[in-house]
Amino acid sequence: MTDWETLLPVLGESFQQTVFMVSVTVLVSGLAGLILGVTLYATRPGNLFANQTLFVVFNFIVNIIRPIPFIIFITAIAPLTLILMGTTIGTTAAILPMALMAGVVIGRVVEQNLVASDPGVVEAARAVGDSRLHILAAVVVPEALAPLILGYTFMLIAIVDMSAMAGYIGGGGLGNFAIMYGYQQFNWEVTLVTVVIIIVMVQALQLAGNALAQRILRR
Amino acid sequence: MAEIVLGPVAGGEVITSQEGAMSAIVSLHHVSKEFPRQGRSGPAAVLAVDDVSLEVERGSVLGIVGYSGAGKSTLVRLINGLERSTGGSILVKGQDVTHLSERELRKVRAGIGMIFQQFNLLKSRTVYGNVAYPLKVAGWKKEDIKPRVAQLLDFVGIADKGDRYPRRLSGGQQQRVGIARALANNPDILLADEATSALDPETTNEVLKLLRRVNQEFGTTIIVITHEMHVVREICDAVVMMDKGRVVESGETYSVFKQPRAESTRRFVATAVHSRPSRETLDRLATAHPGRLVTVAISETAPTPVVAEIFARLGIHSGVVFGGVTEIQHRILGSLTYELNGDAGAVDAALAQLALLTAIEEHATSSPPVHSATESVLASSGGAS
Ligand SMILES: Nc1ncnc2c1ncn2[C@@H]1O[C@H](COP(=O)(O)OP(=O)(O)OP(=O)(O)O)[C@@H](O)[C@H]1O
Ligand SMILES: [Mg+2]
Repeated sequence: MTDWETLLPVLGESFQQTVFMVSVTVLVSGLAGLILGVTLYATRPGNLFANQTLFVVFNFIVNIIRPIPFIIFITAIAPLTLILMGTTIGTTAAILPMALMAGVVIGRVVEQNLVASDPGVVEAARAVGDSRLHILAAVVVPEALAPLILGYTFMLIAIVDMSAMAGYIGGGGLGNFAIMYGYQQFNWEVTLVTVVIIIVMVQALQLAGNALAQRILRR
Repeated sequence: MAEIVLGPVAGGEVITSQEGAMSAIVSLHHVSKEFPRQGRSGPAAVLAVDDVSLEVERGSVLGIVGYSGAGKSTLVRLINGLERSTGGSILVKGQDVTHLSERELRKVRAGIGMIFQQFNLLKSRTVYGNVAYPLKVAGWKKEDIKPRVAQLLDFVGIADKGDRYPRRLSGGQQQRVGIARALANNPDILLADEATSALDPETTNEVLKLLRRVNQEFGTTIIVITHEMHVVREICDAVVMMDKGRVVESGETYSVFKQPRAESTRRFVATAVHSRPSRETLDRLATAHPGRLVTVAISETAPTPVVAEIFARLGIHSGVVFGGVTEIQHRILGSLTYELNGDAGAVDAALAQLALLTAIEEHATSSPPVHSATESVLASSGGAS
């Protein structure tokens, strides 16, 4: 029999930790990724701030980091985490690798959506006499809003996934809970409950993202 | 009517009258644009615009015509600095734009409207938002923007569509939004890059009518890129023919249509004025009609009544078997092929008289005498009146 009476408060706390890790990561990496993605787009040859050197450098960084399996990435940057966060375990420590990896991936997702957008609209904006920076903010990003929301929804879910993995190496949260009380105690019931919670969370996020994107696409 | 002075210039000096030089709103002087090779393995460098000199008169409508890749879009984009020239000078309202900073160029661009083949509207903004956009960029006050947008939408005939999104509009309506946006800041120059190429013939004519109104009511100088001679015929005062980055012909629309000199211009004109019979048509006509077949160029110097009068006076029975007559810049132009029956001497006399007025061409008939496939009697049309 599972002792839910003692486990429930722990589960609640784990859930909060997950929400915390995911929220902070989404905020930080969402913004950093947006800037990185816009930079990658804008510095591409032929685009508003075409700059071969900058583009190559940023592109290289993204290409280096992105393929590293996240679980290995966490351990690989542990020294950096120690310097910046003062510790390598716990929720706070997990946020650094999560935000870094998510930021890089979001950067690529944003770039790909912007590159697919209509260059004619940028041309029209330039012809009107708008500044390049303002065009990026007021034209390029808003024009790609619907696919960007879908991209961000996808990344939100990927970050929930990351948080569970971070739990595996002592990051706290639902992942940590499932491992400690489910996997290591051979308690399949606990694992199942955690999985269901994560599924519900992910589904809710996906539905919200889809609905928002649809609303924008419909106009 | 606006006086047009433009064209490729000789010997490095722009040939214009004193007046012409003063009323040119855009003047290009030996302008070129080379796109450098992309990287080491990329496509070779392209000389998209090659030593082009021309002047655009204030208040006129200029057509730029040419095959795909001729450099038309590049040339026009040099005028509002979307592309930087690699040689020559470009004067826009007297200001050389070739060495301006991006910041200064933005001011120039704000005074030049531009419309596009694919309309290029902001899909994330309503019609109102699209038209308000250039006003916001130009720093208009919020309370001034609203009435201005309403005025513009009214002018282009979509006053009721302000809160629609562009996706919900037809192509013609979208181009109207594009025109309203381009006119927002009261530009004195409007650049139209294939503005009607994505529209059906009827909508094309509506948009052309609108452009003509813009030209007439606001005195806006319009530069129209097109590959449709129909567009040139409808609205252009003057036309420039481009081929491989160079201007190969330019002049007043009527005279270019009447006497195209460059081979490419001739082919373009033939697409709009298909009133001259082809060799195959001539063969069929010759079989069907026993009389003498003569093609007469119809123009102001030789309008149809005058031609008919000459035939009638000499007792020649004439009938039109092929051809067409149209109006270009409100002036008659075309070509009619007549079958002539009557006394041989009278016909010769009539043709001699006509040859003084216009270009005529007599075709071989199926009955003898036949000297060659086509026996031509050509005369210049610059003769007596
Ligand atoms: N950004 C660019 N980089 C490199 N080459 C270019 C660029 N823009 C245009 N070109 C080249 O310059 C030449 C002229 O192009 P341009 O678009 O001005 O022609 P166009 O007359 O407008 O043709 P179309 O009728 O197809 O629009 C073409 O050979 C084209 O490939
Ligand atoms: Mg073009």
